[in-house]
Amino acid sequence: MHGLPSVMNKPAPGSLLSIEHLKDEEILSLLKLARRMNPLKARPLLRNKRIVLLFYEASTRTRTSFEIAAKSLGAITTLVQSSGSSIEKGESLLDTGYTLRAVGADAIVMRHPAAGAPHLMAKHLDIPVINAGDGMHEHPSQALLDAFTILKHKNSLKGLQIAIIGDIYHSRVTRSNCHLLSRFGAKITLCGPPEFVPDVAATLVPGLHVTRHMEEALRGADVIMLLRLQKERLAGQKIRLQDYITRYQMTAARVKLAKCDAIVMHPGPIIRGLELTGEVADGPQSMIIDEVHNGVPTRMAILARALGKAM
Amino acid sequence: MLSAKNPERQSASLLIKGGHLIDPAAKINASMDILLRDGRVAEVALPNKIRGGGDEKFDARGLIVAPGFIDLHVHLREPGQGYKETIATGTAAAAAGGFTSVCAMPNTAPVVDSAEWIAWLRDPERDAVVNVFPIAAATLNSRGAALTDFAALQRAGAVAVTDDGKPILDDEIMRAALRLGAELNLPVVQHAEDTRLTENASMHEGPTSFRLGLRGMSTAAEANIVDRDVTLAQQIRESRMHVAHLSTSDALKAVRRGRRAKARVTCEVTPHHFSLLDQDVGEYNTNFKMNPPLRSATDREAILVALADGTVDAIATDHAPHATHEKEVEFERAAFGITGLETALALAITKLHREHKIPLARIVELFTVGPARVFDLHGRGSLARGSFADVTIFDPKKRWTFEASKSRSLSHNTPFEGWQFTGKVVATVVGGKIVYRTD
Repeated sequence: MHGLPSVMNKPAPGSLLSIEHLKDEEILSLLKLARRMNPLKARPLLRNKRIVLLFYEASTRTRTSFEIAAKSLGAITTLVQSSGSSIEKGESLLDTGYTLRAVGADAIVMRHPAAGAPHLMAKHLDIPVINAGDGMHEHPSQALLDAFTILKHKNSLKGLQIAIIGDIYHSRVTRSNCHLLSRFGAKITLCGPPEFVPDVAATLVPGLHVTRHMEEALRGADVIMLLRLQKERLAGQKIRLQDYITRYQMTAARVKLAKCDAIVMHPGPIIRGLELTGEVADGPQSMIIDEVHNGVPTRMAILARALGKAM
Repeated sequence: MLSAKNPERQSASLLIKGGHLIDPAAKINASMDILLRDGRVAEVALPNKIRGGGDEKFDARGLIVAPGFIDLHVHLREPGQGYKETIATGTAAAAAGGFTSVCAMPNTAPVVDSAEWIAWLRDPERDAVVNVFPIAAATLNSRGAALTDFAALQRAGAVAVTDDGKPILDDEIMRAALRLGAELNLPVVQHAEDTRLTENASMHEGPTSFRLGLRGMSTAAEANIVDRDVTLAQQIRESRMHVAHLSTSDALKAVRRGRRAKARVTCEVTPHHFSLLDQDVGEYNTNFKMNPPLRSATDREAILVALADGTVDAIATDHAPHATHEKEVEFERAAFGITGLETALALAITKLHREHKIPLARIVELFTVGPARVFDLHGRGSLARGSFADVTIFDPKKRWTFEASKSRSLSHNTPFEGWQFTGKVVATVVGGKIVYRTD
């Protein structure tokens, strides 16, 4: 064809922008590296490296686990948030990036409400950019830690039946998870009302299945992934919470529809009494706290790779 | 109409010799010589039959000679946004793209909603290189609430009214605009977008928007408005409704429905909508962000059929220059719009003619008599004797590579950087004067 892509710079090596464009062998080597990372007994691989955590959106888990991961490896971290920085005064994303580069950042971990924001940054900076969640697009470190968590309990991703339930449309976690899990042979069913699971969702990766019925999604499932209703992204969509709870809330009775050794996952934050009951959140099959725990070694691996210190 | 600058320094006559004339309005598609004199077409004759010749000669051997191209939809950005484009730079880009007349959209700062601003646009001080036909705002400040003074705007030189960039959503306001337009024989141009359905959306709604995590604009957001407007146009006798930058299959169905009912409904299509798809946005390339957005393959197929079968009246560029700092930002925050004047003919030849086998004569029609009829630009769109001496001369076989850095436009926000094209403008003649000539 006549078309050449418009001239753009490539992201610096070690950048992690999406799962979609991450090669299979890179995913496997990151997971392998994560298994060898122990935040309590880490070598200072990133001593004197400066990692900026640039957060344009609220975060508890992702931010603290990236910070602890970086510090465990001996790096210096600085947190920049939109409030209290020049971002409030209207500084553009790229000017913020150039500024952080100039003060000596070796890598930027960023979360941003706009899809593709880390891609823009990576195209213009010569240091690795790590996507810690961009709008409704992707959340690659969450997908890696979820795969890490699943593989602690299951031998392989191949052939696993995975039900992802809830607000798929707004979920960057789901997009990243679908890319990763389907690539390694998992069978994924998305479940929720049309407002949250539009038919077009089935086009994301080959073999995705969409259903409106919990029984269908849960029957034979090895993994149940729950999602929060993202009220901050609803943008005028009207959803009746009570209807949602009646049809889609994960209860102990519904967990029983899945395989008896099924695990229950949730990227957090969880809202007890909405997408799941407290009983399910605290139940024996719940891996919700494990996921948070596994976030640290996974992010240690991501940072080590970013700065060329992958062992 | 604003005439080109310095006509007095012009040779009194220009003979264009040896070319192949395509003038769909006059049903000519043959080797012909043309003599231009005193700003008009003096003679059109078989090769070597024009006696006396001109003061100046142009050798058009191997080239297509066509009536001057007309672009119904251009954002020249003045008044008020001269950092994006000026009338001088925008019309220079138009000349380089083979356009001898451009219709300027009123969504400037301030909005062109008064006769004074129409006069300002037409002032020779603006240094326009080609003819500029202003389109006035349909409502005051394009707020969609109160109609502007159509009659005064028309007297001042406006050829149509629109709130482009925004739709006229209110049924009563649109009905009133069509009624008043009907009285004055003035077309009402609609940017068809139900903005109640497109809040925070930045591209076409489909698999690509879902994958990229971007909110999408549904095809219904366009088609619903076109559908309503066609219904209104059918109800209001003599009203003229023109659909700007039509992009969806469903909107075309509504236009065809109006045509069958003999309503005076016209529409234009942009080169980017017949050339690109939503998936071409790649990894958030903001030079592929415009409104209406790039659509699905189904929509593009429907547009290609409609371009060929006559449903579409004109190719219009929606040339929308923006500064780098307005595009090098997060995709969702980037300005909508791309430049288009200098790539329009090349895309039409490369995509429509060579790839989709649409005859050159039909393409010329879409750039000339088609748009001339939409806005009643008398004496333009044809090279019949007595017409204005606006001529576009192009080489349909010339291969070249587009480089935005060489553009005449002040802005470089194009998705076609580095594209290899077939078909290039060789010379542009406005009022008998050569205003652009290829190097």
